[in-house]
Amino acid sequence: MSERNLILAGLDGDRTWRLKDYMARGGYAALKKIIAESTPPADIIAEVKASVLRGRGGAGFPTGLKWSFMPRSFPGAKYLACNSDEGEPGTFKDRDILRYNPHSVIEGMAIAAYAMGCERGYNYIHGEVFEIYERFEEALAEAREAGFIGQKILGSDFSFELFAHHGYGAYICGEETALLESIEGKKGQPRFKPPFPASYGLYGKPTTINNTETFASVPFIMRDGGETFLNYGKPNNGGTKLFSISGHVNRPGNYEIELGTPFSELLEMAGGMRGGRKLKGVIPGGSSSPVVPADIMMDCTMDYDSISKAGSMLGSGAVIVMDETTCMVRALERLSYFYFEESCGQCTPCREGTGWLYRVVHRIEHGQGRPDDLDLLNSVTGNIMGRTICALGDAASMPVQSFIKHFGDEFAYHIEHKTCLVPEDVQREGSKIYVGPSC
Amino acid sequence: MLSQESLKLIDVEVAKYPPDQKQSAVMAALRIAQQEKGWLARETIDEVAQYLEMPAIAAFEVASFYNMYDLEPVGKHKITVCTNLPCALSGGVQAAEYLKQKLGIDFNETTPDGNFTLKEGECMGACGDAPVLLHNNHRMCSWMTTEKIDQMLADLAK
Amino acid sequence: MLEIEIDGKQLQVADGSTVMDAANQVGVYIPHFCYHKKLSIAANCRMCLVQVEKAPKPLPACATPVTNGMKVWTNSEAAVKAQKGVMEFLLINHPLDCPICDQGGECQLQDLAVGYGESKSRYQEEKRVVFNKNLGPLVSTDMTRCIHCTRCVRFTQEIAGLMELGQAFRGEHSEIMPFVEKTVDSELSGNIIDLCPVGALTSKPFRFAARTWELARRKSVSPHDSLGSNLIVQVKHDVVKRVLPLENEAINECWLSDRDRFSYEGLNSASRLTKPMIRQGDTWQEADWQSALEFAASRLKAVVAAAGPEQFGALAAPSATVEELYLAQKLVRALGSDNIDFRLRQTDFSADGVAKGAPWLGLPVAEVGELDRLLVVGSFLRKDHPLLSQRVRQAAKRGLKIASIHPTADDWLLPVAARIQPKPAEMVAALAAVLKAVADAGGKAVDGSLQSLLPAVVSAEAKAVAELLGSGQSVAIWLGNFAAQHPQAATLQRIAQEIAAITGARFGVIGEAANSVGGHLAGALPRRGGKHAAAMLTQSLKSYLLLNVEPSLDCAGGAAARDAIAGADFVVSLSAFDSPELRAVSHVLLPVSPFTETSGTFVSAEGRAQSFVAVAKPQGDTRPAWKVLRVLGNLLSLDGFEYTDSEAVRAEVLDVAAFPVAGLDNTLDGLSIASIAAVDGLERVAEVPIYATDAIVRRAPALQRTRDAAAPLAYLSAATLSAQGLNAGDTVQAKSGQGSAQLNVAIDDTLAEGCVRIATAHESTAGLGAPFAVVTLERV
Ligand SMILES: Cc1cc2nc3c(=O)[nH]c(=O)nc-3n(C[C@H](O)[C@H](O)[C@H](O)COP(=O)(O)O)c2cc1C
Ligand code: SF4
Ligand code: FES
Repeated sequence: MSERNLILAGLDGDRTWRLKDYMARGGYAALKKIIAESTPPADIIAEVKASVLRGRGGAGFPTGLKWSFMPRSFPGAKYLACNSDEGEPGTFKDRDILRYNPHSVIEGMAIAAYAMGCERGYNYIHGEVFEIYERFEEALAEAREAGFIGQKILGSDFSFELFAHHGYGAYICGEETALLESIEGKKGQPRFKPPFPASYGLYGKPTTINNTETFASVPFIMRDGGETFLNYGKPNNGGTKLFSISGHVNRPGNYEIELGTPFSELLEMAGGMRGGRKLKGVIPGGSSSPVVPADIMMDCTMDYDSISKAGSMLGSGAVIVMDETTCMVRALERLSYFYFEESCGQCTPCREGTGWLYRVVHRIEHGQGRPDDLDLLNSVTGNIMGRTICALGDAASMPVQSFIKHFGDEFAYHIEHKTCLVPEDVQREGSKIYVGPSC
Repeated sequence: MLSQESLKLIDVEVAKYPPDQKQSAVMAALRIAQQEKGWLARETIDEVAQYLEMPAIAAFEVASFYNMYDLEPVGKHKITVCTNLPCALSGGVQAAEYLKQKLGIDFNETTPDGNFTLKEGECMGACGDAPVLLHNNHRMCSWMTTEKIDQMLADLAK
Repeated sequence: MLEIEIDGKQLQVADGSTVMDAANQVGVYIPHFCYHKKLSIAANCRMCLVQVEKAPKPLPACATPVTNGMKVWTNSEAAVKAQKGVMEFLLINHPLDCPICDQGGECQLQDLAVGYGESKSRYQEEKRVVFNKNLGPLVSTDMTRCIHCTRCVRFTQEIAGLMELGQAFRGEHSEIMPFVEKTVDSELSGNIIDLCPVGALTSKPFRFAARTWELARRKSVSPHDSLGSNLIVQVKHDVVKRVLPLENEAINECWLSDRDRFSYEGLNSASRLTKPMIRQGDTWQEADWQSALEFAASRLKAVVAAAGPEQFGALAAPSATVEELYLAQKLVRALGSDNIDFRLRQTDFSADGVAKGAPWLGLPVAEVGELDRLLVVGSFLRKDHPLLSQRVRQAAKRGLKIASIHPTADDWLLPVAARIQPKPAEMVAALAAVLKAVADAGGKAVDGSLQSLLPAVVSAEAKAVAELLGSGQSVAIWLGNFAAQHPQAATLQRIAQEIAAITGARFGVIGEAANSVGGHLAGALPRRGGKHAAAMLTQSLKSYLLLNVEPSLDCAGGAAARDAIAGADFVVSLSAFDSPELRAVSHVLLPVSPFTETSGTFVSAEGRAQSFVAVAKPQGDTRPAWKVLRVLGNLLSLDGFEYTDSEAVRAEVLDVAAFPVAGLDNTLDGLSIASIAAVDGLERVAEVPIYATDAIVRRAPALQRTRDAAAPLAYLSAATLSAQGLNAGDTVQAKSGQGSAQLNVAIDDTLAEGCVRIATAHESTAGLGAPFAVVTLERV
């Protein structure tokens, strides 16, 4: 099996997140080396490029390339932001990284700041995991004390101040420009791009934003080389990645595996299907990625290219597994409610469209569907997609389109018979309170 | 009026941001104010806004945008259950139903004794721990079987 | 420059242009709601989606920067499909109540829906309902109609300078609202009505008054301040129903102050004087024009004959037209008097005779945006000149640094980089210190006449102001209304002139009223040793002619001015309004037209002459004042009153086409400078509140319900207050050498120490007399 813990390396549950444990695992060696050798920033960016590390926040954008967009000589402040606002349904990896290995994120950010000349950074942490925010503050205090962040780091000329900022219940702040607005003390409403954050970011200054896992991968890359990291994955899909598995499996949880590992292996790691039931569909990359029916999914490997070929996205690596007891209309109804609830309300198609989508799916689920509802849903999603300020509009639309595409019969049955294809009691039994053996 | 302790905590937050960006601390300041007062009355929001030298409506925008701020009084224990799809697949909805039945209230209601308020939550980034719920915004409770819910309610009622 | 092709049209646009800018340049209309040329780009409505070559999805024209060689289609199938999709979303939650909506007929949504909407809605779910908000007496809300374009929010933040509205809550639950229990109190608030593309924000006074297509639209000019904002006055059956801005980039841009917008209610006030009236003993009788005019002429003639022409004088409002002011002075002079004035609030007239021309702003308003340093001396800038302040505010965003010398430090909603807060009697010393500092810094000599004013040591504050002025490329110094009304106004102006000479700045006087410049050009002030306004009002003359003057509210002396006039044998009042006071002091009342019912000309602060014509028929028997003065001249058998139209009158005063008009000059030549006299005691600081400036505004009910129109209090700093042994909330009797008034006391910690701020131009404070005085406060 290709389970390989680089990011969750050497961790023993909740006990070894402290600075001394991290250092015992070789932590901060990369940062120390860079500072001792005054590594040219361009070399660091080149190394990250060589690793083919792709952003772990969802879009999979090559990290090295993103770093190279930051203006080199800019008069005034430049900023770095870490996106730990994990709130995409199904995703719960960043929480574990911050819980078990917070210093890997701090070290990754310090290296990134060095490479891009940022003088300040913020880690934006999802509000609902407030205990993680408090822990991160503790870790920051340790790192500050040890001179890994702050003024004149390790006696060099390099200074980097890093702070934690917490969210307080708004999914949209995971979108990088909404996150910046939120740090500025405003509502988390995404900005229109261009200008991109690399030229106009936090407080209007050049800013780079990466996901927690992206930063956490950087120390390994700098210590063991980009090449090594790349080789743990497959071409164009460098390294290991955390997958958060939830839903109808025996052992939900995070699994760090090499990119390119077959889905079937991942499913096996997660203990296989709960109660031995049949797989119906998988949402492979967080709730906004299109759902993939069981047979197609079983042929996929877990990497950006394979999942994309299957018509979906690797996204944040949140794998939601649904078995045959799942009513796909009800599943979609819940997701559509989520996007309706979380739309920031700024742009017309999303503000008005997500409510429309939810209400129609809700009607269908509650036996009030109409024959032309599926056409209507497809048409409304078509009017939302690609016309909004941020990708939440697309995120709300893709589940609707893919659920109808792959499970259209079930929707049609609902509309015609005014009830679920999967009997109510079967659904209840399949989704009753379940706590896996690992917990 | 906010207590000196709260204002001190707010000052710590303000110090995280550039000197001309006090407003950046508004989320933390509102959180601190809410922790002290239990919920965010309009006067409290106004006070936070004045303290951070920002327009009151801008602070209200923030307080009303983020779910975890309570603009109305809540019970001593606010319990927020995630019912989003990943959690629902492992009993999130059924845990919420169990809570409703035990407390005799629906979502967004408070028990007559003012002890418990129940809220429906969106994804908390802890789907692997389903069923999950938050106690008073900051304490996350994982793998909440009916037995654990019983235990929790008993502990909190003490 | 960048090349772009829009709908097949090639053009070049400046770097940094958006597709919307480019489309505007070639006259291609792209539908939009949130975009507004004066506001920041929000790109939230998505109505302006267009097709761009090589772009995988439609892009919002308002926010998409032009790239070289870009090809755009605003009307292609893909673009129209995207626009229609957005329109459908906008309409799903929008009520279909156009027939009862005040925006009906001028609604962008309605207009566009005709072109882009479908006739039948596919949305079968329940529509959203949003509760209305109380924004105050001026703006009415119907929030269910809101389409969340956030123009109003951005206006309050960016143009008005204070975020009074926000978009609270999230997603579909979003609501535009002020903070709980707060209203929108900006003096520019009415502009959000124009900005709102739907009927969510409408005019409260105009509510249901008329449908837009019933209204005639006529151009006019605002009479309320020296900016000369251009108006569209909307009239139905000869009644003014609404006032909107007429866009003029050089003056008011696309904005209006609330005073300009809502004052029209005063025109329709019940206290309009609509019939000539003659006093007989203690009773007033309506009269026809013929007998009223003959009565006035014969009595005037008799008084002049009996007491001599020097016992006759005329006082005219500074908001009177050039034509009216010109004929008034002509009449006075033809009768052999030189007693004429329109500077009713002025207290220092020592510049008369040494002023080289009419005091004016010193630069075109349009150039305010190019200034990088500005010193404002003695001004309640924001409330005195709402739209000029707005320009300064925008300039401040581009780097203009502002300094103020004034006893108050009201929030102008713009950054003030340096500030000196002298007591009123210390204004000259404060400005002289700045003069010394700039002279020292530049190694320049100060004119001998001013030497006696220069302090031995220069305060740090004065140095800071001097440094600020010295570091600019494009510098201006303005004297505000407070400086112009100051007992040492001429000295202040002379010092400003010297500072300007040393620093290379331009300097000017902002001017309090619509014709503060025009009155000088019309010669409505003594020229041959006659009496100025204050002289006419300290001792009674035997006879007065009043032109739109309410003595106790319009004149510096307050009630004392009224008493002086009341002592005359014969007073003829030309007035648009009837009032107990006018009945008490006058012997004949002649109803004359306010600006909407006559033709005339105002010359604005920047020296722009703007003529206008009547937009409505005179109410009742009202007649234009210029005609009344002409007939009076004829009845008095005076020469040179044979005018057939108002243009002929104007032609004798100025060339309306010249800009700036001839005769403007702020230079004082040979002013004799008095030394600075120290003043002991609590000094009064008196502003003319924004909605108390003139007779029309004072009668506009909605404006009078705003917070800015609240009855005056006596404000003191906390320290001064306790030094006086008083507490906030106390009721006091304020006394000056001229009189007294009873007021409640409140704290204003932005006020200079040793001062009490008591507004003038209000009935409750008129008894106190002059605006500059030492005042004592006694608790009652
Ligand atoms: C609606 C929405 C929600 C998002 N949520 C998250 C999130 O919770 N965490 C995250 O890292 N990225 C999230 N993203 C992606 C970020 O915008 C951004 O692409 C990412 O943080 C960049 O980091 P990376 O390049 O390291 O992936 C979200 C994007 C959208 C449109
Ligand atoms: S797509 Fe939705 S979440 Fe994104 S900016 Fe528009 S309204 Fe806000
Ligand atoms: S006008 Fe461009 S998005 Fe509204």
